Amino acid sequence: MSIDRATVDHVARLARLDLSEEERERFTRQLAALLEYFATLQQLDTEGVEPTSHVVNITNVTRDDTPRPGLPRGAVLAGAPEHEDGFFKVPPVIETETPP
Amino acid sequence: MQDARRWDDRYARGDGLPPLAGLPVAVKDNMCTTDFPTTCGSRILGRWMSPYDATVVARLREAGAIVIGKTNLDEFAMGSSTENSAFGPTRNPWDQGRVPGGSSGGSAAAVAASFVPLALGSDTGGSIRQPAGFCGIVGLKPTYGRVSRYGLVAFASSLDQIGPMAGTVADAALLLQVLAGRDPRDSTSADVPVPDYAKALNGTVRGLRIGLAREAFGEGLQPAVRTAVTQAAEVLKGQGAEVIEVAMPTIAYALPTYYLLATSEASSNLARYDGVQYGLRVPSTDLYGMYTKTRREGFGAEVKRRIMLGTYALSAGYYEGFFLKAQRVRTLVRRDFLQAFERVDLVLMPTSPTVPFRFGEKVDDPLQMYLADVYTIPVNLAGLPGISIPCGFADGLPVGLQLIGRSFEEETVLRAAHAYEQATEWHTRRPPLDGDGGGRGGTTQPRGRA
Repeated sequence: MSIDRATVDHVARLARLDLSEEERERFTRQLAALLEYFATLQQLDTEGVEPTSHVVNITNVTRDDTPRPGLPRGAVLAGAPEHEDGFFKVPPVIETETPP
Repeated sequence: MQDARRWDDRYARGDGLPPLAGLPVAVKDNMCTTDFPTTCGSRILGRWMSPYDATVVARLREAGAIVIGKTNLDEFAMGSSTENSAFGPTRNPWDQGRVPGGSSGGSAAAVAASFVPLALGSDTGGSIRQPAGFCGIVGLKPTYGRVSRYGLVAFASSLDQIGPMAGTVADAALLLQVLAGRDPRDSTSADVPVPDYAKALNGTVRGLRIGLAREAFGEGLQPAVRTAVTQAAEVLKGQGAEVIEVAMPTIAYALPTYYLLATSEASSNLARYDGVQYGLRVPSTDLYGMYTKTRREGFGAEVKRRIMLGTYALSAGYYEGFFLKAQRVRTLVRRDFLQAFERVDLVLMPTSPTVPFRFGEKVDDPLQMYLADVYTIPVNLAGLPGISIPCGFADGLPVGLQLIGRSFEEETVLRAAHAYEQATEWHTRRPPLDGDGGGRGGTTQPRGRA
C-alpha cells in the first residue's frame, strides 16, 4: 500500500489538522509502514462474513419521552474558550469555511 | 479527610456503612468529575471542568468512596506506556527507568505503590490489563456493556470499557460490584442482572476447563514471560482445573484489525475537539484556521497519528479495503473465542509479550508499541471480560497472567483468578520504593487490603 505526501496532505485536510513540515514527512513514512502491515488482513478470506460494528446485539434502545432538566447552561459554557449571551462564540463562518 | 471522618463517626455510632465507605479511590483522568479537572492527558482540554460526574464516579460516591484524585494516562487513552501524556510520563514503581504500561499507567502505578487500594481504569485494547500486568496488580476489563460509559471520554466507542484496578482479586470484585449494571444514560450498557461477585470467590477451580491459546505462545513472546505463564497454568491444573490447548488461528490478525477500527472510531470521536466547546482555542480569523491551529497545538504526536490513520481508513476509496475488511475480521476473531468457549470455560494467555520496557524504547516506533497489546486486543474486539493478575517476576519485573471468560461471566474469571491468588504469593509483593519504611529487602510485605 503506497501513501505519499499528497495523500497525507489530503487526509490532514479532512481531519482538520495543520501539520508541520516535519510531521508531514514523518507521518508519510510511518503511515506507509503501518498500512503495509495492515494489508496482511487481505490474506484472510472474509467472503460471506458479516462485519461486526458492535458486539452487543441491541437496536433502537428507547426511553419514555419525559421531560427532565438538562445540564445547567452556565456550567457547560464555563468550559468553553469563548461564549456570549448564552451561546458558544466562533469566528465568522459563512465566507471562509472552505479549506484554502 | 472530612469525608473520611464522617464515615468514621458513622461507623462509631454503629450505623451501617456502604461498601466503599471512606476508601480512597483514584480515577483515570478520562472520566468526568465535577471536583477535579478532566484533562485526558491532553493540552487540548487544558484544565477543563466537567459539569457532571461520570456514572462510575457517581456510583463510587454513592458507595461511600472518596475520589482522591485523577491519574495520568496516555493522551486520550492512546498508548501502551503512559509516555504520551501532555503532563509527562508515569514511572513503574518496580523500576523507575521503565514504563508502567498504559494507557491506565497512572492508576496501575498508584495501586502498585500503595497510594490507593483501588483505582478506575479504562480498556479499549488492553489499557487496564497491560498496565496491571506491568505493575504487578489486578486489573479487570469487564464485558462490553457491563459498566456504563456515560462520562467516559470516548476513544473508540465500540471497544471502550471501564473496569477496576486493585491489589487483590477480592478488592477488584468489590469495586466491580459498585460499577456494574445498566445505566439509562448509556444505551450500550446491558440490561443483564448483576450477580454477587464476592460470592463467586469460592477458592476453587475444580470442574473448570481452561484453554491455553496456542497461538499466544509463539513468536515474539519473551521466554521468561512464557515460563511464568506456563507455570501458572500448571498451578491451576494442580488445583483441579482441566487445562487443554485451544486453537485461535485468527488472533494473529487482531492487531491490524484493532488499529484500523479503533483509529477510525477515534478520528470521528475526536472531531469534537475543535476549539469551540472545551478547553484550548488557538485564535484565527476564520473557522478553518481556528480548527486546524487548535488541533495542531492541542494534540500530541500519537493522537495525530491515529486521527490520520483513522481518517485515511474511513476516506473514500479505502473504506471497503480497510475499515469494512477489519469489521469482517473482527467477526472471525470473535468466532475464535466462541468456538473455544464450546470446549472450555476460560481462555488463558499472557497479558503482554514482554516485561515492562524502558522509557523511549518504543515511542518512535508505532508498530513495536502496538505489539505490546497483541494479547489484550483480541478480547476487546470480541467484547469479552478479561483479567490480568500477577503470576511471577522476570528479572525483578512483574509478569501478568490473563484469563478471559464468556460474555457477562465475570464471576468465572474472578473465581479462577482468586483461586490462583490463594495458591500463590505474587500479589503480596510490593515494589521497593525509595523512602518506603520496608526498604529494598521488604518486597514480600503483605499489601494493605481494602
